[in-house]
Amino acid sequence: MDFDLNEEQRMLAKTVADFCKQDSTVERFRKLRDADGDGWERRVWQQMGELGWLGVPFPERVGGFGGAFVDAALILEQFGRTLVPEPYLSCLVLGGYALLLGGSEEQQRRFLAPMVEGRSAVALGWAERRSRFDPSRVETSATRRGDGWHLEGEKIFVLDGHAADEVVVSARTDQGVGLFVVPGDAVDRQLLRLLDGRRGAHLRLDLDVGDDRRLSVQDGAEVLRRVLDYGAAATVAEGVGVAQSMLSRTVDYLGEREQFGVKIGSFQALQHRAVDMFVEVELLRSINMESIVRADEEGIERERAISAAKLQLADGGLQVARQAIQLHGGIGVTDEHDIGLFFKRMHVLATVGGDEAHHVARYAKRMD
Amino acid sequence: MDLTFSAEDEAFRQEVRGWISGAMPPEMRAKAAANHHFSMPEIMQWHKILYAKGWVAPHWPKEYGGAGFTATQQFIFAEELERAGAPGLSPFGLVMVGPLIQRFGTDAQKARFLPKILSGEEVWCQGYSEPNAGSDLASLTTKAEDQGDHFLVNGSKTWTTYAQYADWIFCLVRTSHEGKKQAGISFLLIDMKSEGVEVKPMLTLGGTPAFCDTFFTNVKVPKDNLLGPLHGGWNLAKALLGHERTLVGSVGIVERGLRVARRIAAAQVGPDGRPLAQDPLFRAKLARLEMRLRAHRMANYRAVAVQAKGHHPGPESSILKLVGSVLTQKADELAMELMGHDQLSWLNDAGAVPEFERWVPSQYCYDRATTIYAGSNEIQKNIIAKLILGLPKQ
Ligand SMILES: Cc1cc2nc3c(=O)[nH]c(=O)nc-3n(C[C@H](O)[C@H](O)[C@H](O)COP(=O)(O)OP(=O)(O)OC[C@H]3O[C@@H](n4cnc5c(N)ncnc54)[C@H](O)[C@@H]3O)c2cc1C
Repeated sequence: MDFDLNEEQRMLAKTVADFCKQDSTVERFRKLRDADGDGWERRVWQQMGELGWLGVPFPERVGGFGGAFVDAALILEQFGRTLVPEPYLSCLVLGGYALLLGGSEEQQRRFLAPMVEGRSAVALGWAERRSRFDPSRVETSATRRGDGWHLEGEKIFVLDGHAADEVVVSARTDQGVGLFVVPGDAVDRQLLRLLDGRRGAHLRLDLDVGDDRRLSVQDGAEVLRRVLDYGAAATVAEGVGVAQSMLSRTVDYLGEREQFGVKIGSFQALQHRAVDMFVEVELLRSINMESIVRADEEGIERERAISAAKLQLADGGLQVARQAIQLHGGIGVTDEHDIGLFFKRMHVLATVGGDEAHHVARYAKRMD
Repeated sequence: MDLTFSAEDEAFRQEVRGWISGAMPPEMRAKAAANHHFSMPEIMQWHKILYAKGWVAPHWPKEYGGAGFTATQQFIFAEELERAGAPGLSPFGLVMVGPLIQRFGTDAQKARFLPKILSGEEVWCQGYSEPNAGSDLASLTTKAEDQGDHFLVNGSKTWTTYAQYADWIFCLVRTSHEGKKQAGISFLLIDMKSEGVEVKPMLTLGGTPAFCDTFFTNVKVPKDNLLGPLHGGWNLAKALLGHERTLVGSVGIVERGLRVARRIAAAQVGPDGRPLAQDPLFRAKLARLEMRLRAHRMANYRAVAVQAKGHHPGPESSILKLVGSVLTQKADELAMELMGHDQLSWLNDAGAVPEFERWVPSQYCYDRATTIYAGSNEIQKNIIAKLILGLPKQ
């Protein structure tokens, strides 16, 4: 076994880390959160495209580098450390893999290639009011109309759906679940503020699209399951960065804050708590490695590894987040202090791509 | 041992329940039914309705205008208010400074302050914590200098809940540097309209402006506003802590949280297409919380019974704060989990999520504070270890 990154991966992680430190600090996220706009910047998305970060896991025919999911996960982990707001998880991973696994080569060139260049962002709308975390429970309908399709229904909490140029949505046809690419501005979008200060949209679909916008894959539900596994693995990868940041900020705080004439980090009760956090972060980091490596695999071990990683995020990761607030005392409960931003992001990551109950139930079904 | 309420207590419960449902204005009832957040003006509106009925201060002796309820009746009343989803009253006047003025105040102070706390004409806030004096409250540095006929106050307080709505603030201030830190602290009542008082509201993790930084620059405070003896403020503060703890341990708050969770479970569709309330996994989670709450309720009843026999709540009331705060958080966590994707929402306009769910994420975030304020749970555990278990010092 070898858990080390190769030279190229180390370089990539370092470049991204430098970018986060210099160009996308937590302050940047906060400013964008508090401003009116989209919550992220096209300019930076394009820059990421130019740096090649939007192509790392995708094949060369769409302008990518033919790497593996691991490379995208390395980028996300760094993004988690400073809460980079660009839609990497929501669009590049969720939208991107939907196009890659569901679209014909022609459709990939048309919809995925522009995103790889940073000229476009493609979101994914699969959740519905009654779907919970099961992507095969689709009530949105797609009926034949002329040469194309009529889509009708609602998609909820489409992450970054408010600003996406295109959205891949699932809809039930008479042959099962199909995937369709709809132009963002052609649907009725209700802008949503999300718990972590990012944005999304509910989409009300009542529109016609051409047959060329139906992704070529037959079994859309199966593709969605794979895509959501990538999404789930992506939340864990980003969560490693978030958790690590919370741990190190909290350890720093314990070493600075004084009460009763001593550093509060000298209280054994708090030292043990910090150690508990450290343990959970290390477990998260470990299972994340299995999850991101297996994300590209077929079969049951992929699902098991990703679900186990999601549990570690939802359980251990949230413990880290809650303890981080607790150990900061009153200042941890202000909106002003950054620790709360990480706490909220962790909560969102724990939920997206299936919550704890969903993944435990799935694992239980796939246990020997 | 008799663990039932007496027939009179049950009759009292019915009376209170009936009155509350009639007394809440329709808009307030609608908000309570939708589990919405109450603003300070709404809280004060409810305060005045309770005042008119004579029930705003169930725990105050009758001579000061209290309802004259027994300890058991107070507990039942609190449970029924939570059950109806009524706005929680501001505790600073009614629960904190009011009882202290009754115990330590001069006749003039009682006459000046108590009636207006009762009527809601004057709103209070609590100025204890400072940027560098949180858990270690005794190290506070806001100072009050004796200037003959008045004190001159300089310094700053922080995390002052709802100071922006307050007419008065009760403060712990340093009046002496001699001896132990605790021995140089006095308890001052300060008019927020005094020159030199400045309030800067801050947003909490819940997105609401629920607390403030409060600054004092050369604020003149009349000598008459000293409560209790000079340099004797620490004892007043300690007397208050018992009250604060039972308050936070309130069973009703957890009950309300559980009710919210159950309602979400009834409305959200589970993995098999049925309501989550019928899903074995989520049913078990709800059951578990209710079971923990049952034990907590009995612990509260025990504390009430001690009080009913005329004893002051001792350090054992510390466990009520510990358990109540943690269960409050657990109820929020469960409500969030039950919401599925809706838990991602943040105070959006109507229609984004069911009305009933709208405030849950904000409450979940804000309630991380329940284990921090009113003496953090770590500090509570230190107290229990020392005073109850008698463990040796570090
Ligand atoms: C929402 C909210 C509302 C509040 N409202 C008011 C108000 O109206 N008026 C007011 O005066 N104050 C108010 N407070 C302040 C509150 O009382 C303090 O936050 C609390 O006392 C903790 O102090 P601190 O924030 O300085 O944290 P710190 O004391 O710095 O504590 C940081 C961490 O260290 C831990 N710790 C500290 N000492 C020890 C120890 N000896 N052993 C083990 N662990 C320790 C704490 O438990 C905490 O986890 C409010 C706080 C909040 C969050």
